[in-house]
Amino acid sequence: MLTESKLMNTTDINEILSTEPMIILDNVAVKYRVPTERIGTFKEFAIRTLQRRVSYKNFWALDDINLEISKGEVFGLVGNNGAGKSTMLKVISRVLRPTKGRVRAYGKIAPLLELGAGFHPELTGRENIYLNGALLGYSKEEMDQVFDEIVEFSELGNFIEAPIRSYSSGMYARLGFSVATAHIPEILILDEILSVGDEAFQHKCNERMMSFQEQGATVIMVSHGLSKVEEMCTRVAWLDHGVIQKIGDPHEVIAAYRDAS
Amino acid sequence: MVKLTTVTKPLYDSDKRTNLALTELGEMGRYRYLLRQLIRRDILTRYKRSVLGVAWTMLNPLGTMLILSLVFSNLFNAGGSYPVYILSGLLAWNFFAQGTNAAMSGLMWGSGLMKQIYVPRTIFGVSAIGTALVNQLLSLVPLMIVILTTRSPLFLTLFFLPVAIILLAFFTLGIGLILSTLSAYFPDVSEMYQILLTAWMYLTPIIYPETIIPENLLWAFRFNPMYHLVKMFRLSIFEGRLPSLAEFLPALGWGVGVLVIGWLFFTSKSDEYAYRI
Repeated sequence: MLTESKLMNTTDINEILSTEPMIILDNVAVKYRVPTERIGTFKEFAIRTLQRRVSYKNFWALDDINLEISKGEVFGLVGNNGAGKSTMLKVISRVLRPTKGRVRAYGKIAPLLELGAGFHPELTGRENIYLNGALLGYSKEEMDQVFDEIVEFSELGNFIEAPIRSYSSGMYARLGFSVATAHIPEILILDEILSVGDEAFQHKCNERMMSFQEQGATVIMVSHGLSKVEEMCTRVAWLDHGVIQKIGDPHEVIAAYRDAS
Repeated sequence: MVKLTTVTKPLYDSDKRTNLALTELGEMGRYRYLLRQLIRRDILTRYKRSVLGVAWTMLNPLGTMLILSLVFSNLFNAGGSYPVYILSGLLAWNFFAQGTNAAMSGLMWGSGLMKQIYVPRTIFGVSAIGTALVNQLLSLVPLMIVILTTRSPLFLTLFFLPVAIILLAFFTLGIGLILSTLSAYFPDVSEMYQILLTAWMYLTPIIYPETIIPENLLWAFRFNPMYHLVKMFRLSIFEGRLPSLAEFLPALGWGVGVLVIGWLFFTSKSDEYAYRI
């Protein structure tokens, strides 16, 4: 202990002092109950319950995860399909309650919604901005503040007064990203959606993410684009069958993941 | 090395959930702007592509009332203006039928969102009732028109109508939440409910006057919560008197009681929706 603290210079100590945890997962586990046969109707359920034939298979999507993510980290999750990446994001963003364990988040979480989720096709771009902002938990005043900036960033111009059923899918995506990132979120969650719009817009998105990080936001991202994760993240975890296989330096973790698959 | 623990309280702690029903109520307060936006969206989009727009909210009960009046006014003697009698009942019934159905489909619509983002789960049901309330206020306009054109008396007891509406809104939200919970598990519930709703309407004095109910069956009608709640509407609009305590208490009990039960039931299952739907 003593030697260790002697070895530490002042910058190290400062660094430790400034690591403020944003997200803490203690022994988190998530169990899905998958019915072995699909029971879709009330009649079937009633009959089977009477016959005591409702059987479930337990499936642990996450198993005993311990993790701490600090302020300012860009944290990446990699792994095969079904490894538990999306479940992890859901547990963090309060969508799923863990079956076991404890999740704590010390900041406001802004998930980037799937393309078009929460939008209404008949409403105009302007109306949808406020609706989407409200879904993300912002107030009217908070949305008023950033409205002009959203319009500018999404490059929608005059289309902002048109019903968004007339938008192209690129315009949809640009609007969604612009609303979700209009306020600097304390914790931004990105699930495989960085491929928004054309290349120029993607560049803008990346820039925005970088500036968030500089301003102290915490980013958690899931992607199959390994090189992108390697390039953007400060720390990466490799998940497999609901268990963290390896965690740490992006290059090392991704190299190990590549070797395994 | 001593690990630094933060003193700040987490914004979200999965361990902290002493009372689901009360927590939900608090979250509802935090998300009140979303509630306003959802109601606004429902009102705006319902009429955006129709030529007459919001006027349909008023024309719809008016049309039904007209047809029913033509068919039944000679059959039933309501002891006053039959169109006013029927419209006062229809307003209450439509509110209930539309509100409960909207609450169910609202949760279905919201399920896509609830898999991606946290919002208070009850918000879709509550906003459905909020929309129904706005529609209810709009449909008071045709009611006034009918009262005036049929030269029916305009009673001062109309000021009691807001109480009747609120009690019915409580009841509707309670039933809507119970149905939403059930339909999250069994999609059939929605279909079954449509049949039940038709039967329920005929078991409630909406189109026929209460006086045609046989004396020896009257006790059975008292088990029907809608009987008491519709009566509140009738008394203030059609009969022009305030309810007696014996008439008011069942309506109050059903309204508040069902809301509390529905809220407790819905929130007790709310952790499971993201797994289920």
